[in-house]
Amino acid sequence: MKRLFLAAAFFAVLFLLWDAAFRARIWSPVLLPSPWQVASYLKGAAVDGTLARATLITMRRLLAGYFIGLVLGLPLGLLTARWKLFHDTIGTMALGLQTLPSVCWVPLALLWFGQTEAAMLFVVVMGTLWSVVIATETGVRNVPPIYRRAALTMGSKRLHIWFKVILPAALPFIVSGMKQGWAFAWRSLMAAEIFVTILTGFGLGQLLHYGRELSAMDQVIAIMFVIVVIGLLADKIFFSPIERFLHRRWGTSQA
Amino acid sequence: MRRAVRRRSSATEELEVIAPSKLAINNVSKSFQSASGKVLALDRVSLNVAEAEFVCLVGASGCGKSTLLNIIAGLEKPDSGEVLADGKPVTAPGRERLVMFQEPALFPWLTVFGNVLFGLNLKPNLSRKDRHDVAKYYLELVGLSRFEHANIHELSGGMKQRVSLARALAPNPRVLLMDEPFAALDALTREQLYGDIQEIWNARRKTIVFVTHNVREAACLGDRVLLFSPHPGRIQEEFAVSLSRPRDINSVDLAAHATRITKALKRLGQAEAVATK
Repeated sequence: MKRLFLAAAFFAVLFLLWDAAFRARIWSPVLLPSPWQVASYLKGAAVDGTLARATLITMRRLLAGYFIGLVLGLPLGLLTARWKLFHDTIGTMALGLQTLPSVCWVPLALLWFGQTEAAMLFVVVMGTLWSVVIATETGVRNVPPIYRRAALTMGSKRLHIWFKVILPAALPFIVSGMKQGWAFAWRSLMAAEIFVTILTGFGLGQLLHYGRELSAMDQVIAIMFVIVVIGLLADKIFFSPIERFLHRRWGTSQA
Repeated sequence: MRRAVRRRSSATEELEVIAPSKLAINNVSKSFQSASGKVLALDRVSLNVAEAEFVCLVGASGCGKSTLLNIIAGLEKPDSGEVLADGKPVTAPGRERLVMFQEPALFPWLTVFGNVLFGLNLKPNLSRKDRHDVAKYYLELVGLSRFEHANIHELSGGMKQRVSLARALAPNPRVLLMDEPFAALDALTREQLYGDIQEIWNARRKTIVFVTHNVREAACLGDRVLLFSPHPGRIQEEFAVSLSRPRDINSVDLAAHATRITKALKRLGQAEAVATK
C-alpha cells in the first residue's frame, strides 16, 4: 500500500512539474503542450476510434511477427545447441545478427518488400528471432547433464527427454530470451512504422510520424505515452506472471 | 477369453514387492582419455551380486567405483566385458535399475510430487489414479507426504535425497544403484537415512549396489563390502559384514568391522604411494 502510494505520488509530482513548466511559458507551447492538451488529444483519439485502430494494427503486426520469431527461433536454438554444425553456422550467424540493432533491418526490408505489411513483418521477425535462438541455445547448454542422466535411467528417451527435461530445464533462459526478443521486436516495429507509411494500415508509429509532420506535439506525446503503456502492460500481464512462476519454482531471488 | 480374465494393472499390483535382480559383472574394463594420457578406470572387474543383496563399493575417489556403477546402470558402456542383469546383457539405461546420484538431481521445474511421478509417467499401462497412488505411497515411505506440493528449492539436503529415493523407488526397479547419495549431508541426517534405507530395503527387497568412500557407512549398510584399489580400478578385497539388522552406525561391533576395512584401505593407500614414487 505504501509502495503504491509512493509511486502514485511520484507520478503526480512529475505531472505537476510538467504543468508548471507549461504555465511558466519557458518553452513555446508548440514544443511543450500542457498535460491537459495531451489528455484531450487522447480522449478525442479514443472517442473517434483512431487510437484503437492504430493500436490494433500495430499489435497485429507485432504479435504476428513475434509469434513467427518464436516458432522459428525455438527449434533453431535447439538445433544449434544439439549439433556442432548448426552451432558453428546458424549459431554464429545468430550471434552476429543479434548485435545488429534491429532498426538496421528497416532499409533492407523496404528494398526487398516495398512499402508493404511483409516489410513490417520481416522487421519484427528479425527483431525477435536471434534473441530467441541465442537464449534457447544458452539455456539448453546450461542444463546440468545430471538431469539427462537421471531421466535416462527412468526410461526417458530422445523426444521425451527434449520435451520433458531439456526444455523445461532451459525455461528460465528461454523466457528471458523471449522478453528480450519482445523488446527488440517492439523497438524495430516502431522504427519501421515511423519511417514507412504503408497504405494497408496506420499504426501507432505512423500516428507518431504524422504528429511530427503536423507539428502536433500533443499527438506526439500522447502516442508516446500509449506506446509506453503498452510496453508496461505487456510486461505486467504476460512476462511478470511467468517470471514470478519461475522464481517461485526455481527459488531464484525476485527483484 | 484370457484377455477378459486378466486383471487390469492397478496401483496395488504396482506396489507388490517384485523379485530383485541378480547381477553379474564379467571382466569389465573401461579407460578414459585424460590430459595426462589414458587412464584405466576399471581393469577386468568381475563381481556377482545376488538377489536382494546389499553390496557396498568402497575406495578412494577416482578408483573407478562410480564408473562401475554407471556401467551397471547402462549410462556408460564398458570397453570390454559385460554386465548381465538376470542373465540379460545391459546395453542401455532402463527403469529396472534406477540410480540415486550424489547430487539429488531432482527437477526444479516440478514439485516434489511431480518429481516422484516422473518415472511413473513413463511406465505404460498405469492409470492416472494408479500413478498418483503409487507416488503417494513412496512419499509416505520416505516420510515426506506433507511436502508433496513443495518446490524442490524449499527442501533441505536430507529431504531432497529422500525425494530422490522416492523417485528412484517409485517405478519399482529391481536394482537400486546409489552413488554416494549421502556424502553431501550432515552426520545427523545421514544417520537417520541409514535407518531409513535399511528399513526400506527390508520392506521392498531390492538388490542394492552402493558406492561410498565412507567405510563406516559401508559396514553399516552392506552385506558385503568390496574394496576398490585405484590405478587401475580393481576389486582388491572383500569383506562380509555378518551383523544383524537393523544396524546402528555407532555400535561397537560395527566399529570393529569398519576398523578392519579401514586398515585394508590404508594398506592400499601406502602401496599406492610406494608405487607412484
